[in-house]
Amino acid sequence: MSSEPLSVDILTSPHVKRPMSTNAIMRNVAVALAPVALFSIFAFGLSALLLLSVATISCVLTEWAVCRLSGKPNTVGDYSAAVTGLLLGLTLPPSFPLWMVAVGGAISIGLGKALFGGLGYNTFNPALVGRAFLQAAFPVAVTTWTPPFVQGRFLACIPSTLAFPFLKPTPVAEYIAAANIDAFTGATPLNLEGVTRLADPLDLFMGMTSGSTGETCAVLILLCGGYLLVRNMLDWRIPAGVLGSVFALSGVLHLINADTYPGPLFMVFSGGLMLGAIFMATDMVTSPTTALGVWIFSILIGVITVVIRLKGSLPEGVMYAILLANAVTPLIETWTQPRVFGTTKKASSTS
Amino acid sequence: MSATAAHTVPHAHKPTSSLYMIVLLGAVSTVCGLIIVVADMVTAETIRNNLAQITREAVGEVLPGSTELVKYVADLEAGTITPLAEVTGGATNLFACFGTDESGQRRFLGCVSKAAGKGYAGTIEALYAYSPDAQTITGFKVLESKETPGLGDKIILDNDFNANFTNLDVALNGDMTALANPIVTVKHGKKTDPWQIDAISGATVSSKAVGALLDASAERMIPLIHQHLEELRKGGA
Amino acid sequence: MASPSYKDSFVNGIWKENPVFVQVLGMCPALAITNSVENAIAMSCAVMFVLVTSNALVSILRKWVPKEVRIAVFILIIATFVTVTDYAVKAISVPIYKAMGPFIALIVVNCIILSRAEAFSSKNNVLKSILDGLGMGIGFSIALLCMGGVREILGSGSFLGHPLFGANYEPWVIFVLPSGGFFTLGAWLFIFAWWRERGARNKKPEGHQA
Repeated sequence: MSSEPLSVDILTSPHVKRPMSTNAIMRNVAVALAPVALFSIFAFGLSALLLLSVATISCVLTEWAVCRLSGKPNTVGDYSAAVTGLLLGLTLPPSFPLWMVAVGGAISIGLGKALFGGLGYNTFNPALVGRAFLQAAFPVAVTTWTPPFVQGRFLACIPSTLAFPFLKPTPVAEYIAAANIDAFTGATPLNLEGVTRLADPLDLFMGMTSGSTGETCAVLILLCGGYLLVRNMLDWRIPAGVLGSVFALSGVLHLINADTYPGPLFMVFSGGLMLGAIFMATDMVTSPTTALGVWIFSILIGVITVVIRLKGSLPEGVMYAILLANAVTPLIETWTQPRVFGTTKKASSTS
Repeated sequence: MSATAAHTVPHAHKPTSSLYMIVLLGAVSTVCGLIIVVADMVTAETIRNNLAQITREAVGEVLPGSTELVKYVADLEAGTITPLAEVTGGATNLFACFGTDESGQRRFLGCVSKAAGKGYAGTIEALYAYSPDAQTITGFKVLESKETPGLGDKIILDNDFNANFTNLDVALNGDMTALANPIVTVKHGKKTDPWQIDAISGATVSSKAVGALLDASAERMIPLIHQHLEELRKGGA
Repeated sequence: MASPSYKDSFVNGIWKENPVFVQVLGMCPALAITNSVENAIAMSCAVMFVLVTSNALVSILRKWVPKEVRIAVFILIIATFVTVTDYAVKAISVPIYKAMGPFIALIVVNCIILSRAEAFSSKNNVLKSILDGLGMGIGFSIALLCMGGVREILGSGSFLGHPLFGANYEPWVIFVLPSGGFFTLGAWLFIFAWWRERGARNKKPEGHQA
């Protein structure tokens, strides 16, 4: 769990406290994710429900299979695989074919976690590893967006959802046309053209736009993050650092040139930033433990996100920003280790 | 293993003389040099033909009917066009293309230029055909690109996209110094003017890159072509 | 170490000392040029040619080359045959030459070739060296075909350019991209390591009984 700021509580020994179990933390994360998932099902209908279920089930099944094959105790019960699956599902577009979702789930757990030695040893956030694989493997499907709140979304799937395994998904152009939304352009607000022609930040805030299944409603994600914060299962510095640095950097750029760079509110509420900052960057295994390290880590994510969004050709940069920051986490940890009590500063260590 | 023994044991006692090593290296270098020279002599002709063939085929695809190419090096900075034969170390980026008409007469068809620009992933290199009479771009072909397979590489394969370049308006302004309307890529289905390129839905970045590289080249190449039009029409013949 | 028999010179490289899957050498072309079977075959041929010819020449010169300058001589010889290969590929097919990009020139620094010159052909006779080059070359080709096959089938849904699954197959683009090369290589190394370990485990009990 997060390193608390030094408090003034003075206790006599023994100082042993019962640590929170992985199980309890993960269960709380799952609870916190539930409203986000429910909203996405409300917005995108049956397809979102199937997508999230398949993502979760494929992750749990892979975890179970890996445990069996490697002869380790079964770790399905600690909910971590389920949370990974849920997060993976929330980052995918609602029209994403289910067979690709299952591939993503297997990659998340198999490649992102099991190969590193299981929970606690993985360098990268498993859900994002799966998402990055899917982005590279199926670039078309991963950037096909459908509008929210379509009539009859609870009765029928988006046509591409039920694509036969290994075959191309059905085009969704007709589905989008049938949805009959004039302003809809077939892309997230973040897609390059949208950056200059701003979407209304309030719409983004309330989740009235298209986008990945679980990233549209910023306000709900904030509330759920608040719950985790209150339960003391979330390091507040990470979302603060990420969102703050994105806001500050894009604000400065917007002041310099308002025509090229979108405003800071748009940047903070659009795309997967909110979901990434609150639920993925805060993954305890892959983020630093020292207070200073956490600040470096979270500001790094914010800066890379802004740079990729504004200067790169990709529409979204949060995923790669978090993965890159995950990669430097061990280094940040080494740099920011506090001095062990009783030893002197570095100078003496060389003598 | 006598060979190994003969090879290593004596050297363990006394180091080899420098002169021997120099002579040996010289001899090996000579042998290697000879091998390379022979290989070059054997293959040079074929390689030249292969490369010429590739260029001919590519130009023929962009400007059908062209049977004879006259190569030029256009210096867009200095604003000069020189026949390839008169430049040393220059790379051809402009072809004057000639075909034959019904009576078998040699006829000027138009120009094909090479253009390059930054795509989604790496540089995109392309050829485009320009007809000075119609003042339009009549053909376009990507020579090399590293665009994402299945997405960005539609700029090569997509027929609808290639249809943009059968009659793309690149008319010059009044004093013939630049295009009257810059070439721009617009969103899929939003093309309204003949100088616009209709982007591929889902491959906007690559489509825009194509528009940008065409515009960058055409803005300068086409006025240059018009300045030297008489010379190009004659084609050095 | 005794000189290997003619048969061993040839056979070792194909399987037991497979340059890619066992020695983990020559990763650069194995990762970069295996996005299609055609490229893999072209690369294998190029490497095999350089291996055989440079092995032969190194072996011929082995008695005159002192150890102080041996690496310089090896590199000179290898670079020569790589240049010849470069010309030859360009003469055979320009599209293949373009697909292979800088990786023909990079055969010079391919560890397989230098390691065979150093470890084998500078110590063995010409015939054995040629056999060794052929064996290693075949081993390398098998590895590249394994890589190229997986990557082309998954990444383009075809084998040697022939579509396998019809027009509706959704290609896994990642396998054509460089990252797919790493995934594929990792998977093959995993399979080989697992298989060898199993083999070793099965052998042990027999050894005890005997």
